[in-house]
Amino acid sequence: MARKAQLGRSHGTDPKLKRTLVTPEGVALDIAVAPASARIGALFIDLTALFGLVLAFVLTVFLIAWAYSSAGLPAVSDGFTGFLFVLFIIGLFLARNAYFLFFELGQRAATWGKRALGIRVASRDGGRLTAEAIIARNLLRDIEMFLPLMFMTSGGVQGTLSEFAAWSGIIWVGVFLVFPLLNKDRLRCGDLIAGTWVVEAPRSALGAVVASGVTPAPAMGDGPGLPADRYRFEDAELSVYGEYELQMLETVLRTANPDAMETVAATICAKIGWTPPTGDERAFLEAYYTQLRSRLERGLRFGRRRADKNS
Amino acid sequence: MNGSVGQPGGEQAVAAAVLRSDRFRLEREADWVRLDGMITAMEKGRLKRLADDDVMALPVLYRNLLSSLSIARESSLDSGLIAYLESLTLRAYFIVYGTRTTFGGWCRSFFGGDLSRAVRAIGLDIVIALAAMVIGAMVGFWLVEADQQWFYRLVPAQFSDVRVPGASREALLGTLFGDPDGEGLAVFAAYLFSNNAQVAILAFALGFAFGVPTVLLLIYNTASLGAMLWVFASRGLTVEFVGWLSIHGTTELLAILLGGAAGLHIGRALGFPGRRSHLAALSHSGRTAAQVMTGVIVMLICAGLLEGFARQLVQSTEIRYAIGYGILALWLAYFFAFRPRRS
Repeated sequence: MARKAQLGRSHGTDPKLKRTLVTPEGVALDIAVAPASARIGALFIDLTALFGLVLAFVLTVFLIAWAYSSAGLPAVSDGFTGFLFVLFIIGLFLARNAYFLFFELGQRAATWGKRALGIRVASRDGGRLTAEAIIARNLLRDIEMFLPLMFMTSGGVQGTLSEFAAWSGIIWVGVFLVFPLLNKDRLRCGDLIAGTWVVEAPRSALGAVVASGVTPAPAMGDGPGLPADRYRFEDAELSVYGEYELQMLETVLRTANPDAMETVAATICAKIGWTPPTGDERAFLEAYYTQLRSRLERGLRFGRRRADKNS
Repeated sequence: MNGSVGQPGGEQAVAAAVLRSDRFRLEREADWVRLDGMITAMEKGRLKRLADDDVMALPVLYRNLLSSLSIARESSLDSGLIAYLESLTLRAYFIVYGTRTTFGGWCRSFFGGDLSRAVRAIGLDIVIALAAMVIGAMVGFWLVEADQQWFYRLVPAQFSDVRVPGASREALLGTLFGDPDGEGLAVFAAYLFSNNAQVAILAFALGFAFGVPTVLLLIYNTASLGAMLWVFASRGLTVEFVGWLSIHGTTELLAILLGGAAGLHIGRALGFPGRRSHLAALSHSGRTAAQVMTGVIVMLICAGLLEGFARQLVQSTEIRYAIGYGILALWLAYFFAFRPRRS
């Protein structure tokens, strides 16, 4: 029965990460939880981007300061420099959070790293993704990662970092990094608190109609003489395959690799006892695909599904 | 079979399609492509560039897409088509049920009532955290009174340069009314800002462990404060010390209090979820706590600025009291008396 429930649904991702999301309209959508590899990749890209942005900003500030001093303008007071320094430290803190907040509050709910890997943040209960949820999950990121790293670097620079503190910092970060691997929804602590999760955001283009009804001419030169409906299959010849084989055939036709088509055509011919149509595989496969699908879809309308050739 | 030659398009293509499910697809394809274009534009943040007609049509197109997907799943075996419809539906769903607020709009509703509501929602946790802090301060004070060696255990070494038990009244006064010149003040303020922010955020983070470490952290931090208070009180400088502390401390201690309370709120939800599941209780309390924490960070920034610039620049104890408690009154009024109607 479990197999039956899978019929008519998309295939592809790790079955352990597949979930069903029911929209408020009552339509079940298949979504896949983003795998840990995508999460860590996205984090890496984001950290690199963030580091680059901060570096660019710092360099700009230094450049302005250098230009200011070399232009021979009157020196600014110490108090003012100090004020700028405070603004800089507060600014760094806000910029780090603002980067994640700005991008995850946007329509795509994904930072640059997440976009690059095709994943996004979503609300776990299928409802609206709120600003509070985004803030909660990003605030926790600070606690999980940035703060202990900052504690350790500032302690290390000042020379006050004890071995115990260093180890506990490393363990702290390690525990939070491993946390997503320990639950089935790949939830970070921030996701847990915020009621969010990170899912794959697939984008697929609409392919052309495979069963176009226009029989292609054979690849060999002697085509024009052949009739358009040269391949007609009997019911018994079509009944050897099910939906799984149909979808494989569809993939073969969409990719249109001549070698693959030749192999598949030969396999089908061996199964139904035909001689392989050398040089005219595409027309043969399209005709077989169209008639098989027509047959299976007719069954579908009467409530009979056939998962694959063994069922 | 209709073997028409050439590029079939529109009506002709529908007529040419052999399969009923392909005819179904070709009849609706134009709508899907239109919705696809609109969603792509909205994902890129170009909502303003959409034509009015498109925006008006969005809900209808979305509903039609949902019904198309349901029909296609039950009648079509074109897996490419179903995969496309699934991904388009998911994208449309995220747009239709995505975040509605802009950053600016969120700021307005946050400071215009949401923050105050969130703080009032964790009232019980605030009382518990306050009790922990008061107990901590009293414990620190009495421990040092009983045995002065406790002072060195409670107060971090970097703060106890001059301010130690047995220091002269003049030396202590010097730390309270230091030179208004402001040498390195800003850096010190920035340091303290990040230090206190860390304490507040840590108090929040430790709420995960059922709130127990949060309470311990609050007690420890205020115990060192109580110990310091004893040093000044022993030389009759209680009023001056409290004034020195109040100017930024009221904001800062309130921020630490709220951070600890937010952590306790999460810890309590984890320990006593009630009739909800643990995860549901956690995410519900987490959203309230996150709002409070955002407010805490704003308060800490205010405290950092006050610390750096007002504390050493304002040298009169009366003005220190006035600023410190004036700001405290403002915060309390904002959190507890400010009750705008929900928009």
